[in-house]
Amino acid sequence: MSGHIVTVDRIACDGFGTCAQLLPERIILDEWGYPIIDPTPVKGSEAQHAKRAVNACPRLALKLVKAPHEAPAAARPVAQRR
Amino acid sequence: MTSTTRPAPTSSSGAISPRLLGDAIGVDLAKHVKAFGPIPAQQKVKRGHAGALVAEVEASGLAGRGGGWFPTGRKMHAVVTAARTSRKDPVVVVNAMEGEPAASKDSVLVHRNPHLVLDGAVLAAQAVGSSVAYVVAHRGSRSVGTLERAVAQRQGDPVELRVLSAPARYVASEESALAHFVGEGIGLPVTVPPRVFESGVRRRPTFLSNAETFAHIALVARRGSGWFRQVGDPAQPGTMLVSVSGAVAQPGVVEVPTGTTMRQILGLAGGTTGAVAAAVTGGYGGAWVSAGAAIDLPFSVDGLRPIGGVPGAGVLAVLPTDACGLVETARVVQWMAGQGAGQCGPCRFGLAAVAQDFAMLSAGRLKGTGLAGLEKRLGIIPGRGACRHPDGAVRFAGTALQVFDDEVQRHLSGHCSAGRRTFVLPVPAGKVALPVERPGEEWR
Repeated sequence: MSGHIVTVDRIACDGFGTCAQLLPERIILDEWGYPIIDPTPVKGSEAQHAKRAVNACPRLALKLVKAPHEAPAAARPVAQRR
Repeated sequence: MTSTTRPAPTSSSGAISPRLLGDAIGVDLAKHVKAFGPIPAQQKVKRGHAGALVAEVEASGLAGRGGGWFPTGRKMHAVVTAARTSRKDPVVVVNAMEGEPAASKDSVLVHRNPHLVLDGAVLAAQAVGSSVAYVVAHRGSRSVGTLERAVAQRQGDPVELRVLSAPARYVASEESALAHFVGEGIGLPVTVPPRVFESGVRRRPTFLSNAETFAHIALVARRGSGWFRQVGDPAQPGTMLVSVSGAVAQPGVVEVPTGTTMRQILGLAGGTTGAVAAAVTGGYGGAWVSAGAAIDLPFSVDGLRPIGGVPGAGVLAVLPTDACGLVETARVVQWMAGQGAGQCGPCRFGLAAVAQDFAMLSAGRLKGTGLAGLEKRLGIIPGRGACRHPDGAVRFAGTALQVFDDEVQRHLSGHCSAGRRTFVLPVPAGKVALPVERPGEEWR
């Protein structure tokens, strides 16, 4: 599992809080019940718990993804608005 | 705010003759061609290949004027690269929405020189290999009609120009929301990645930027990158439009080289109408700065960074000393909380809580523990929305606590030193905080 991080689709997430119960090593809930996730790569010893949390998310919002390599600058425009 | 405009005069103050806001041309295409020359011809490019203009824009150093200040040429390159890998033709989107209540530069530009914006859209579309450019303005704004009349004057463009009107919501002009609106008709932000440059309108690579950026592209195509770089901060050269409001004699839009000092910008807006305490830079997702610290700094990304300010979408709103920065902030944050899409919990509930805290603080009813709670909330919200709406609102609120720290202490003991009874910053009327469970008609 090394090189993977836990992320959440913020739009899909409805704050059920299951993830924080199954993966308290990496996830705590804010005062409104939404996850605050440790952004560092998942340790090997946590991999099982992380997978279980991902599979248990009622909104399928939690994901384990490959930690992004340093993307080329051209691929990372900052948010543009208005 | 009003939309008076004054060209920046040539003078030793650092101001130059205007590039975008010279004579008011309007929708008359013949007048536009007489003033600026015909739109330069370009060779058709194959999918996944960049036209010569892309390199020229990159060499010019032009950076996005919608607030991101990302290098425009690099963004165009990224779109071309994504077109090559995805084998999909790109789309171009011009953001003329002007979601910022304290900004009027896009509408001023569209009314004075609509064909400069449209030329830029056509030229950029050709250069990245797109056959269509969408120009989007707020539904119900005068810009929609002006753009439609201007497009109707044009014939023989190698690219189709379409004018769209999108919901007049702040977050609807966020880039993923705008691409979503152009493609599917729903002006709500979507989860990224993929980013708009690789998968935007109908999953096509999408070059999306602010209307002012496109007007600059039209001039780079005519006059070249060397000409473009002749003025401005070398890191983000050229001129920029600044919407000046608040305690100035002549609120309106001025065109200045990037990096012009705030003192010079305020001078072009008729000077201040009295002692000033602070200013909003960038917009309502931007930052408060103290007037004393900012007044002689260059109004640019690098110039304002040391004091936490941002040029953003070119907003500069000046607060007189008799106004309360916390009351002003409370109104803006309340409005910003209501302008979110309500899709992401930390933004939906977090901004509402911050707005509530600021309402209490501004009314002198917040205690020390409440302030600690507010600061904690400001610390955990950023980065936790699909888009950056919460990040901007939180930055605005957080910088208020720093810039008005004396006033915060006074308010904690139930006092306010402001003598003023009217508000300085414009906050549009309308519904407050109505998050949606699924996209309602208001987003379509």
